[in-house]
Amino acid sequence: MSTDTSSNPALGKDLAVYGIILAIAGLQVLMAYRTAPGMQLMLQMLALALVQGGIAVAFFMHLRNEKRGLVLALIPTTIFVLVMMNMIWSDSFRLFRMHP
Amino acid sequence: MSTQRIQPSFATTGGTLSEANLVIGGHGSETMEARPFAIPSKKLVMWLFIISDSVTFGAMLFAYGYLKNASPVWPSPFKFYPSIFNVLLMTFVLVSSSLTMLIAIGHAKAGDKGKAIRWTYFTAALGVLFAILHLREWSGLAAEGVHMFSNPWGSPMFGATFYSITGLHLTHVLGGVIALTVVGTRYGTGRYTADDLELGALYWHFVDLVWMFVVPMVYLMNIAR
Repeated sequence: MSTDTSSNPALGKDLAVYGIILAIAGLQVLMAYRTAPGMQLMLQMLALALVQGGIAVAFFMHLRNEKRGLVLALIPTTIFVLVMMNMIWSDSFRLFRMHP
Repeated sequence: MSTQRIQPSFATTGGTLSEANLVIGGHGSETMEARPFAIPSKKLVMWLFIISDSVTFGAMLFAYGYLKNASPVWPSPFKFYPSIFNVLLMTFVLVSSSLTMLIAIGHAKAGDKGKAIRWTYFTAALGVLFAILHLREWSGLAAEGVHMFSNPWGSPMFGATFYSITGLHLTHVLGGVIALTVVGTRYGTGRYTADDLELGALYWHFVDLVWMFVVPMVYLMNIAR
């Protein structure tokens, strides 16, 4: 296939975003081997995944170019639902603590 | 926004003039509501689908975390080779496919149909490669004894949650491959527009986005040490 991408002006920025996402993926693997498994590693992994995901949504999915109303309609509601799901965690330790 | 007025067809067709004709015809463009968020309705629907699907994957990852916390022994079967190496390769392929899709959209917006179609097919081919690598990863784990409801190391729920999450993601990838092939082909024949191709791209980037959370939460938190 043709690899001529000269007519795509935004490719420079897309390539930079692509590189950053891959670099974060590499960093995650490095951290997984350097940090002991536990809450700290999970929070670090989650933070990096959120950065990766945020970059992908903003640049690859072009949400940053959409109207602010669309962003406000989509993102806070999604975050709210996902945050509300966190109420399950205390129950997940019931077996060990013998109470929720 | 569509400003087309629907005219009563009584005079032209010789049929009866229904009340619906009158009601629809009575709403001129000046009284119609503006398009929400200034995007096509198809794009808004795709965004709403993506949001609902994000919550589905979120719920599955929460269920995985719940079972992991609630289990006395949770398996950590992922060795660097072949599992983590394979996952890195899969990540590279999937993120690269997002880039090739962006190139396809760039060409489609520039009006270069031929290149747009070729890059779309190339993206779909990368999706197929991802699926092959995924099946290789699964077969390796199955050979080690990780099955849907049993494994040699710990909680039998590990296989159920692992195969459910990665299987749902793989289903999305395969669905995306089919969608991109169909949309690319129909874009080539002129049945679909560059905007339709962009909808396919939006879905494809979402599939990539989900993988960014599956890798650390499912694979990297359970590496064999």
